[in-house]
Amino acid sequence: MSSIELDRVSKRFGAAEVISDLSLRIESGEFVVFLGASGCGKTTLLRMIAGLERIDGGEIRIDGERVDTLPPGARGVAMVFQHYALYPHMTIFENMAFGLRNIGAARDEIARRVKEAARVLEIEPLLQRKPGQLSGGQRQRVAIGRALVKQPKAFLFDEPLSNLDAALRVRTRVELARLHQQTRATTIFVTHDQVEAMTLAERIVVMNARKIEQIGSPMEIYAWPATEFVARFVGSPSMNFLPVDIVGDGEFAVVKLAGGETLPTRIPAGALPAGASFRLGIRAEAVRPDAQGALTGKVEVVERLGDRTHLHVRLADRSTIIGEDSGMSRAAPGDAVTLRLDPSQAHLFDAQGRGYQAAAEAHP
Amino acid sequence: MTDAATLGAAPPRTSAKGVRNGPDWRNGLFILPFLLVYVGLLVYPLFWGMWISLLTYDMFDKSAIFSGLDNFRNLFSDTIFLGAVRNTFVFVLLTVPTFVVIGLALALALNRESRNAAVLRAVFFGASVLSVTIVTIIWKIMYLPGRGLISVVLGLFGIAPISFLTTSSLALPAIAAATVWWIIGLPMMLFLAALQQIPGELYEAAVLDNASRWRTLRSITLPSITRTFVVVVIYEIVAQFQLFGQALLLTQGGPNNTSRPIVLFIYETGFRDWNLGYAAAASEVLFLLMAIAAMAQYVASRRGEAR
Repeated sequence: MSSIELDRVSKRFGAAEVISDLSLRIESGEFVVFLGASGCGKTTLLRMIAGLERIDGGEIRIDGERVDTLPPGARGVAMVFQHYALYPHMTIFENMAFGLRNIGAARDEIARRVKEAARVLEIEPLLQRKPGQLSGGQRQRVAIGRALVKQPKAFLFDEPLSNLDAALRVRTRVELARLHQQTRATTIFVTHDQVEAMTLAERIVVMNARKIEQIGSPMEIYAWPATEFVARFVGSPSMNFLPVDIVGDGEFAVVKLAGGETLPTRIPAGALPAGASFRLGIRAEAVRPDAQGALTGKVEVVERLGDRTHLHVRLADRSTIIGEDSGMSRAAPGDAVTLRLDPSQAHLFDAQGRGYQAAAEAHP
Repeated sequence: MTDAATLGAAPPRTSAKGVRNGPDWRNGLFILPFLLVYVGLLVYPLFWGMWISLLTYDMFDKSAIFSGLDNFRNLFSDTIFLGAVRNTFVFVLLTVPTFVVIGLALALALNRESRNAAVLRAVFFGASVLSVTIVTIIWKIMYLPGRGLISVVLGLFGIAPISFLTTSSLALPAIAAATVWWIIGLPMMLFLAALQQIPGELYEAAVLDNASRWRTLRSITLPSITRTFVVVVIYEIVAQFQLFGQALLLTQGGPNNTSRPIVLFIYETGFRDWNLGYAAAASEVLFLLMAIAAMAQYVASRRGEAR
């Protein structure tokens, strides 16, 4: 398998620059997810690697060899499309064999590879059917199989799970993870679904407005979001944000909430820019009902998820915060509730959206 | 359950408000206007024509005598008619494949989003809106020996002027060329519509699969437009079997009967010679030929698809 390098890559559509000076290195065998909302440039980036979009500046290298000047077929990558793009009038066997036939592979070699891929993906009984006779999940497997038989240097997935129903999406996600563990193939996977990104990726590249916001492992992204955008985008429910003032002059920042409550954090005070205004970011699981808590409010909505319960609480200053309680929570809408914020899991974001967190060892 | 039980107890097909469910003859009124026109102007004349073909029907003295299959027997020993049948087949063979090949080639070439392609699409389709009279005038001038455009161009290569419309071997091909020029726009548009239905992702997948342009055309584009292909071929067979205006206005069927199509024969027999029964019999033969040709093409394509 092979490494992929993007070196100061840029792309323009007419006068609009959609990607500018983007650099990224994907290690051999790595599973990287490009995560972002639609229009953030993640699919464009993938298509640039595949060769389906021309780049207007920079270089793309696969295994050290420059490929951005090569046609898509010569780059040694295989792509799984969002709508699968199976050839409708060819059988499944022919669909999977098409790429190999075009490079003049021997007939028995083609048959061997297609059979092997079909076995791995459990689509052997479908080989003589046509795509129109298959279900969405089966087509998805064929699309993956078509990529697999080429034994490419890297797999490129463009939102491949978005057309599957919820149950099948979860199952296919697990199968993809298993497949990657078996093949250890370099993989780039584009999605707007943070759950897919968290569950599949070894590294996530969070993109926003055609720029990389943060690159990191799923837990790095989750626990140390570099920006407010990342903090908002990753995690469900979305992180809570409360306007705060910094008080005190100790080693760690102490924040004062709008209601006057103070909260000592583990965020080094020295790292914070002086005179800036901050917002406190805290995830629902770090906000729990506790008689000793500092925040009081009224429960508005109770969302029961079985293993846990999300409480939407209206605070005295009219802002809303989402807290988490156990599955068997007795909270009901209208209840007065006291919440305790876990200071070790607090984040601070400045006006530019830059994030500040406690040092790594303070986290579990 | 309660609802269902109540419905079941109600008088069949009539709810409490008197609104009927299920079939109602009054619904048929909606198709009556179409049905009247269809039966009156198509079905009735079709069978009346079949009946007339069994008569010796002289429009001049309005005499109509039943003569069985005499008209048909005479037709098949009529060298002018047999020549017209041959001409019509030759014309169909000259034009239909040309419509398909050139129509598809133009569609492939112009299936892109550029200003030039849009202009050219309009240009190629534009000729289709001209009337046959205009088209034949244009082509009469084009074919004019000595002064027509074709003669002038041939003259540049030192070729002597050719009188296309009055040369036995060239008259029918000349009509075919004018016809293709005239209505190539329709097959082109049908093919363009079909090409635009092919998802772009398929071509991207093919590029990643290392397919050459020729391979992509053969393995992806052509199989994706088979239905349109069949439609174009059947439509053109039916349309070109009915060649009339161009032949009447360019050559009047000459020289020496070499460009007289069946419809011109029918027209001359029925409306110049007033021999309506004979003309009707020729019409029935044409009808049968068109039906067979179109059916054969349809069956062949169905078989091709099933394979």
